[in-house]
Amino acid sequence: MMELKQIATAGTMESSDLMITLSPNETGLVIDLQSNVEKQFGQHIRALITEMLTKFDLTNVTVSAVDKGALDCTIKARTVVAIYRGLGKTDYDWKEINAWIA
Amino acid sequence: MDRLRRTMMFVPGANPAMLRDAILYGADSIMFDLEDAVSMKEKDSARMLVYSALKTFDYHSVETVVRINELNSGGKQDIEAMILGGINVIRLPKTETAEDIKAVDATITEVETRYQLPIGTTKMMAAIESAEGVLNAREIATASNRMIGIALGAEDYVTSQKTRRYPDGQELFFARNYILHAARAAGIAAIDTVYSDVDNEAGLKREAALIKQLGFDGKSVINPRQIPIINAIYAPTESEIQNAKEVLAAIQEAEAKGSGVIAINGKMVDKPIVERAYRVLAMAKAANMEVE
Repeated sequence: MMELKQIATAGTMESSDLMITLSPNETGLVIDLQSNVEKQFGQHIRALITEMLTKFDLTNVTVSAVDKGALDCTIKARTVVAIYRGLGKTDYDWKEINAWIA
Repeated sequence: MDRLRRTMMFVPGANPAMLRDAILYGADSIMFDLEDAVSMKEKDSARMLVYSALKTFDYHSVETVVRINELNSGGKQDIEAMILGGINVIRLPKTETAEDIKAVDATITEVETRYQLPIGTTKMMAAIESAEGVLNAREIATASNRMIGIALGAEDYVTSQKTRRYPDGQELFFARNYILHAARAAGIAAIDTVYSDVDNEAGLKREAALIKQLGFDGKSVINPRQIPIINAIYAPTESEIQNAKEVLAAIQEAEAKGSGVIAINGKMVDKPIVERAYRVLAMAKAANMEVE
């Protein structure tokens, strides 16, 4: 299991974007999502964020996300960047990423 | 005939809404920017967003280009991510020498080899933005078989020349012509610089007419509103289309008869005229004009 080293944020509050903040915790995954399409897509957005965290074997994370109508590709991209920042890594494993993002 | 590159639209890599909408505006090429349009602290996220966009959106026949950072400041990661995303062309900014091109070419080859992609699939173009770059344009244009074009980047260039941009463009006369000659001698495209004054439609029209007259393939654009204006300048006139159709009809007739040289209205029609006729009709088709 991997652990976040630091609090990390990616994204903006602009339309079509997702702003996501990851903080390390000791209790397991918590996702706090604000989205104006929560009713229809809330579960889907949470699943996408969880899917990316799982790829990195990260479970002790508190996620705070504000969705402004982001597409799936943007949600995944913002989450992956926040994870790398939280891990303090700048050298992306593109081969792995390419296997996840079809 | 070569691919049309009348307009190459800059799209900031860090903006998800613009990445999503880029396909909608009718540009011949879309150029995702990972360089100057992206702040240092967002280089990682812009690279990831453009990669995800390339994997997600259908760009149809529109050419995808990416402006990367210098190799030693993120450019290598840019190249790997963009090739995996399926980019058509890697654009190197601030190119000064053939060695700059060869270094990027080698990095692309290394990535293509590592991922078992056919070597040479990813194309390249260079932006020339300094006196040194202009004077080396010939060597830059031929430095790699991947090269499909060279582009003038005028803002940095005029600064390096100790001048600024003027409405008549005299300060760019040499650079434009030299870059154009280098491109044509190498058999690749020549793309003119951006017109930054987006609200000045008359100025853009003048500049587009000038670069069309010189022979440029097209122009970089920074705002979607500039695309129809440039396309309209590049669209042939009705009489040009009519003339082109007559030329091609006469050629077909001559070929059927087995005769070589032909004349239309007393003017001899030879190979360059036929080539121009094909280009006029291709431009007309691209502008959705009636050519049949």
